[in-house]
Amino acid sequence: MIPISLTVNGEKVVRHVEPRRHLIDFLRLDLGLTGSHAGCEHGVCGACTLRVNGKIMRGCLILAASLDGADVVTIEGISESGEVSDLQAAFVARNAAQCGFCTPGMVMTAAELLAEAGTPTRGEIREYLSGNYCRCTGYQAIVDAVEDTLRSRSAKP
Amino acid sequence: MKWPAMGYARAKSLAELWSALDAHGSAGQIIAGGQTLLATLAFRLSEPSTLIDITGIPELRGISVQGGALRLGALTLHADLCCDPLVKAHAPLLAAAAPLIAHPAIRNRGTIGGSLAYADPAAELPACVIALDATVITVSAKGERRVPAAAFFTDLLQTALEPQEIIAAVEFPLTKRLGAIEEIARRSGDYAMAGLAATLHLEAGRVIKPRLVYFGVGKIPVLAAAAAKALEGRSLDTASISAVQAALAEDLDPPQDLHGPPEMKRHLARVLTERVLQGFLREKVQAA
Repeated sequence: MIPISLTVNGEKVVRHVEPRRHLIDFLRLDLGLTGSHAGCEHGVCGACTLRVNGKIMRGCLILAASLDGADVVTIEGISESGEVSDLQAAFVARNAAQCGFCTPGMVMTAAELLAEAGTPTRGEIREYLSGNYCRCTGYQAIVDAVEDTLRSRSAKP
Repeated sequence: MKWPAMGYARAKSLAELWSALDAHGSAGQIIAGGQTLLATLAFRLSEPSTLIDITGIPELRGISVQGGALRLGALTLHADLCCDPLVKAHAPLLAAAAPLIAHPAIRNRGTIGGSLAYADPAAELPACVIALDATVITVSAKGERRVPAAAFFTDLLQTALEPQEIIAAVEFPLTKRLGAIEEIARRSGDYAMAGLAATLHLEAGRVIKPRLVYFGVGKIPVLAAAAAKALEGRSLDTASISAVQAALAEDLDPPQDLHGPPEMKRHLARVLTERVLQGFLREKVQAA
């Protein structure tokens, strides 16, 4: 077992983990944070997307053991902080979440795009989300929701 | 599938790495960003006894210009390639390649050293380092070696790295030249069905020292010699582009793979050749 000490959604966490534990199982099974989803578990589907040290990553392609000293933020963290409340409202308004399995990863990925400077086109939004699979919506409603949020944020002074 | 049971060790310096490698022998597996390795472990393609994490070794980090070369530490992230001002200034081909590598969440953790050491024949960076005539700096307990990129990839997923040796950095000559990369993939961010990374000089309208490197069409990236010969000294135009396309028959011997038969790969290589060289032609016209 490997000792790790890290921050998860602003709270200090100290644990011992097996090397084979990936970050998503660590969050879901050890910490009870079930917002990050384990989908394909080999880096393809994006359902496990979360933030490590300020950047989005695949939780299923990160050893929990490697995260000593890291700062992890999950969908629970950015929901509680209110950072993405407008994006989440747009997802509801556009019916961009159907079964909801991909939604946390979509929101985490879109949040990084929204935080960057610039005004991405629909094509650029699609490109940014290209690593996140959705099997329900056909993506149209998701791109709509991100685009709506982008517009409303840039309209504010 | 879940990863196999295994050990984990962090090396905080090269000295710690050498002793960890000694302790674990050939069943020890080095891990950097892990964006390929951990996916392959999920498929149980290998079962290392211990992962040795090198991401805490400061000697493997950093982007700098020194000794007439751009030096990228092995731990340089794909995300850094797209945006670092030194990379943009001295190796814009890498900046152009970065958005083609997987997806943002993977580019934030995957490293150039990892991509080169894994040596996937359909990956972008192995082709780019050959096109840019880079030098791979390796290091082991015995010291450093300098391996030309064109000699680094030896067979499918095989490199010139010796046991217990790692990539420390990659150096790119500060040569002013044109560079471009194009690929065809089924989904944005997937490995290419076929791709082309190319550099060349244009002097008085003539092509000098073209380096055309095709990827996803063989066991290793292919530096196309006959195609380069067909282009050397000629002006870029429809006739010379056709000559390059014809010469590819000699350079490429693509295997059948999941995507299709050899002839499909040859076709894609010709299409990519036209796109890349026409792109240079447009740049030239704009510059004139």
